[in-house]
Amino acid sequence: MNADAGAQAPSAAPLVEVRRLAKYFPVRGGLLRRTVGHVKAVDDISFALAPGEVVGLVGESGSGKTTVGRTMLRLTEPTRGEVRFGGADITNLARPELRDYRRRMQIIFQDPYASLDPRMRVQDTIGEALEIHGLAEGGAMHDRIAELLRRVGLEPEHMRRYPHEFSGGQRQRIGIARALAVDPEFVVADEPVSALDVSIQAQVMNLLRDLQDDLDLTMLFIAHDLSVVEYVSNRVIVMYLGRIMETAPAAELYRNPRHPYTEALLSAAPVPDPTVRRERIILEGDIPSPINPPSGCVFRTRCRYATADCASVVPELRPVGPDHAKACIRDDIL
Amino acid sequence: MNELASDLVLSVEDLRTHFETEGGTVRSVDGVSFTVRRGETLAVVGESGSGKSVTSLSVMGLIPTPPGRIVGGRVLFRGKQGDVVELTAMDDRAMRSIRGNDISMVFQEPMTSLNPVFTVGDQIAEAIRLHRGKTRAESKALAADMLDRVGIADPGKRVEEFPHQLSGGMRQRAMIAMALSCSPTVLIADEPTTALDVTIQAQILDLMRTLQRESAERMSIVFITHDLGVVADMADRVVVMYGGRIVEEGTAVDIFKSPRHPYTIGLLNSIPRSVRQDRDADADPGVIVDYRLEAIPGNVPNPMNLPPGCAFEPRCGHAVAQCGQAVPALTEIAGGHHSRCIRWAAL
Repeated sequence: MNADAGAQAPSAAPLVEVRRLAKYFPVRGGLLRRTVGHVKAVDDISFALAPGEVVGLVGESGSGKTTVGRTMLRLTEPTRGEVRFGGADITNLARPELRDYRRRMQIIFQDPYASLDPRMRVQDTIGEALEIHGLAEGGAMHDRIAELLRRVGLEPEHMRRYPHEFSGGQRQRIGIARALAVDPEFVVADEPVSALDVSIQAQVMNLLRDLQDDLDLTMLFIAHDLSVVEYVSNRVIVMYLGRIMETAPAAELYRNPRHPYTEALLSAAPVPDPTVRRERIILEGDIPSPINPPSGCVFRTRCRYATADCASVVPELRPVGPDHAKACIRDDIL
Repeated sequence: MNELASDLVLSVEDLRTHFETEGGTVRSVDGVSFTVRRGETLAVVGESGSGKSVTSLSVMGLIPTPPGRIVGGRVLFRGKQGDVVELTAMDDRAMRSIRGNDISMVFQEPMTSLNPVFTVGDQIAEAIRLHRGKTRAESKALAADMLDRVGIADPGKRVEEFPHQLSGGMRQRAMIAMALSCSPTVLIADEPTTALDVTIQAQILDLMRTLQRESAERMSIVFITHDLGVVADMADRVVVMYGGRIVEEGTAVDIFKSPRHPYTIGLLNSIPRSVRQDRDADADPGVIVDYRLEAIPGNVPNPMNLPPGCAFEPRCGHAVAQCGQAVPALTEIAGGHHSRCIRWAAL
């Protein structure tokens, strides 16, 4: 079995898909700023999202999860591999042809403070996208912005205000309204709640869930927080050092992790219940540098099940159950 | 007269720390009282603007003045010799001999609290030389020992390295090594794992628990965090802060199992709980969880403009007219469990 087939969405034709995607960033050094190496941010990953599906992409720093999202939207050019949308290969589309796809794919950023232009009123921030894509103007645009603001739980009057007049949670709502203004089919939400206070996170997660449901959005939900991902996702992909370690339907992944990294990640996340005392798996050492990832399985240096073979073979993502796949050569564990 | 019950090492009494800004007075900490027992871990939980960090900086004597000032209350502390001192009455010089020696602090971002131009070893050795009167060579050797104790591999080499040469997790370990190098009575840890990945966080929390258990002085930890998972993991007792005041206090089990303040209840309802065990084994595993988070409506209050009564009243589903009139008193519900809510009995 080859890597292409590893993490396909079940049934329906996918809306978005990446095939053998890789993104290497050059590392420059020395006097002449020559390329002295590469950060292998994403290395040979394939997966697909069915229409209306929410896929959670989980990983720690350096896992490449953000790069995957940006590459799917063609905000970052892939080094290798293919990005497909609605059945078409959009990897090499030039700007004019990409324009319609840009409307159909949107992003919600992590930091609601950095992602809104402080000098633009809310109506201009949201209206800009409508204008670029020729979707509304004049009175119709005003009405559309008012409707969007209501939709994300703000008031139409807010459109005349500037970002600094809003709290973090309200700004994230504005970022969501901006992304939804152009009626996208696919949304990448990149850590959309991790910069928010706990009491505000729940508001924004509920909002995203409602909007996804009402608008039948296809969504890639990127986060480091496993419990947040569990709350919003149909399916979960776990990444480590640029590679997919495991993917499964959400309930299956949390109940029955089959990859040692997923097992450790679930075990490391603190549970808000002082009466639960679990046997915790503490991974030794640090996450290796993506400039020089370990040979074979990238997780083997911290894996308690690693054998000599793990250093020589890059494990392929292979099926271990219905819609469940892992990149680990061992069958005798988990 | 400074008196402290024999099992206590720290007592914060009606602490008030205000900041003067162009927009008016910010009452960041407004009448906070709590005690810390020897050997226990007390978690101080709150969101942004709750006053949790200003409380810890006030205890450490690290409030920038101006604009900040401790305008009321006092902090009593039992030093290593058993003598009780009033921290809030000490001058800078006396405070410096206590800070890093009797009480130490670990911050969220170790890169900003480690000096980038000195080696890690020099920085730890300096604390040891200053407070424990050791020679340069002895201090250096002790610094390497400390790095070894916090689980840094190859400590002999690492003492010669600069902070930027260490990973985030290792920097936090080095920070903890420095904080513990003089065997403090109290360690104040302000969001020490917030900037770390979850597998590294697990290492650091485990390390802190181990070092506390092994400390001959039965070190106490004041753990400041917004993360309820970490609280449940670490705390013996919990103080919940909102709008510069304590709204609930109790054992970890009190707070998580029978919370008696609407804000605490709202916070607990705001975090997704894992349903991995509860799910029906026959159900489609790809269906999104069917429970819904009960989010707290509204926004975190602006500390510049707090409501006149209960600070949580504008967001509270249980509020009655009386709640907006006066700040409720912190009332004892059962032994050691307190709530600042007039309707606690109805919750």
